[in-house]
Amino acid sequence: MKFVRDFLDKIKPNFEKGGKFPWLHSTFDAFETFAFVPKTTTSSGAHFRDAIDMKRTMTMVILALMPALLFGTYNIGFQHFHSINPELSFFEGFWDNLLYGIIKILPIVVVSYVVGLSIEFGFAQWRKHEVNEGFLVTGMLIPLVMPPDVPLWQVALATAFAVVIGKEVFGGTGMNFLNPALLARAFLFFAFPSSMSGDNVWIAQKADAFSGATPLAEMMMGAELPSTSFWDMFLGIMPGSIGETSAVAILLGAAFLLITGVGSWRIMLSVFMGGALMGLTFNLFGSNPYTQIPFYYHYVMGGFMFGAVFMATDPVTAAQTNKGKWIYGILIGVMAVLIRVVNPAYPEGMMLAILLLNVFAPLIDYYIVDANIRKRMKRWKIKGGQNVQ
Amino acid sequence: MAGFNFKLIKNPLSKENPITVQVLGICSALAVTAKLQPAFVMALSVTVVVAFSNLIISYLRNTIPPRIRIIVQLVIVSLLVILVDQVLKAFVYDVSKQLSVFVGLIITNCIVMGRLEAFAMSNKPLDSFLDGIGNGLGYAVILITIGVVRELFGSGSLWGYQIIPDSFYEMGYQNNSLMIMPPMALILVGIIIWVHRARNKELCEK
Repeated sequence: MKFVRDFLDKIKPNFEKGGKFPWLHSTFDAFETFAFVPKTTTSSGAHFRDAIDMKRTMTMVILALMPALLFGTYNIGFQHFHSINPELSFFEGFWDNLLYGIIKILPIVVVSYVVGLSIEFGFAQWRKHEVNEGFLVTGMLIPLVMPPDVPLWQVALATAFAVVIGKEVFGGTGMNFLNPALLARAFLFFAFPSSMSGDNVWIAQKADAFSGATPLAEMMMGAELPSTSFWDMFLGIMPGSIGETSAVAILLGAAFLLITGVGSWRIMLSVFMGGALMGLTFNLFGSNPYTQIPFYYHYVMGGFMFGAVFMATDPVTAAQTNKGKWIYGILIGVMAVLIRVVNPAYPEGMMLAILLLNVFAPLIDYYIVDANIRKRMKRWKIKGGQNVQ
Repeated sequence: MAGFNFKLIKNPLSKENPITVQVLGICSALAVTAKLQPAFVMALSVTVVVAFSNLIISYLRNTIPPRIRIIVQLVIVSLLVILVDQVLKAFVYDVSKQLSVFVGLIITNCIVMGRLEAFAMSNKPLDSFLDGIGNGLGYAVILITIGVVRELFGSGSLWGYQIIPDSFYEMGYQNNSLMIMPPMALILVGIIIWVHRARNKELCEK
């Protein structure tokens, strides 16, 4: 590591005021702080000190995403060869599956990072501030919520839209009120429905004879139960967006997030509680087969698990107060199942549910804080009255 | 005809633009701009209504009792809107059908009432007329810009003629259906306001 430090110190003067490239200062700063934890501290006011800063936090999330990414990569390949030869078992042709998956996913990841980071760096230079770290995670989340066959130019457009309209116009990382990765997906979902929905997009280069419907789509069409078994869906052996299929891989990531304290257990738990609540309510009153499936099926179909663990817990767009997190999470679970079961236009409710609650999170926080202030005012008044007596 | 004040026409085009600076008339700007042609016809209609209602009200301004001025303004505006509506139905029936209620809703367009209250009630007829033309054109500039972008990327055409060649579609290009939906129009208005304010720093709120 010593030579990296030496090299950075050597070229540093070039990027200071009066150097050769003062206009590239933000870029240099981004790489320097990425390689080494900066020594600078906040100069005024009270602040906590922690061994971990935002870049390190983001790295934790990236690590937590790895199981889902690896499984997703393998699953792309498996689903492709499986659609050609339905007899294929899951581990047959392991390397072919993996290689095919890598060939499919790598361009999406590269496009997402290149487009997103160049916009981030551009804005940082233009506004002369540090490059924000937020896109490290967003850039990985975007490929994971895309279908494997999505055209690359659409990924680029959606990423640009999400970063500029979702984040930069509000002031960059930490100021956005919508989750940028979900915004990118929502943009594609509404802008290019033919590459984001239907039965043809969830398996890469699907053989025409194979149905390719996701479990959600099957339920939508009025099936009694999805044709994939519960355990297959739990393991993730089904068509779907790249990172969303495997509950096991996502739960591994969730465990990592919870142990390191990066993700909020309140939000994760309450999203699952909300889903269960709505699922059980439908079991009581529902009239069609979709309302009668056990609530835990909702957890393993589609993006429920992925959304609950990685999207809903985004610290910027979620509710900030502890009570607010419970309300926010439960409502996400309830809305997700509600949209899935009731609304015929949208098979997947998780994306819309999280975006909706992202919008409401500040309002929830406002009322929680407000209620707390009123409670304390009341307590203070009662005491004040006693003092007068 | 002394004092042909061109500032009255020039200012609303940029620094006092009814949509991007005064933020009026947003509703119709979102509703009619999915295609260029209805956007253009709408912009023209609003310009005519604002200009002539400004002119008429300005002539009447000293005789209108202040307590009932709003109702008098509304009568004049609705008269003009009905005229415009009939003309559209007679000559461009298709567009008139596309615009549907939004022609009638010009009556409630904030730009019209705003200019009457803010300008025509206290200025001379010629100035008021120019002010109406200016504000109508300011509205038109934004509507047509949004209409061009939305039709080009949403339907691949302009004024109903296909612009984006078939070879693009064969290469995998797709029309952006979000462009046809009103939310994208709102985002476009936002982007125009953003660019406008970035170029005119004095418009930024502190």
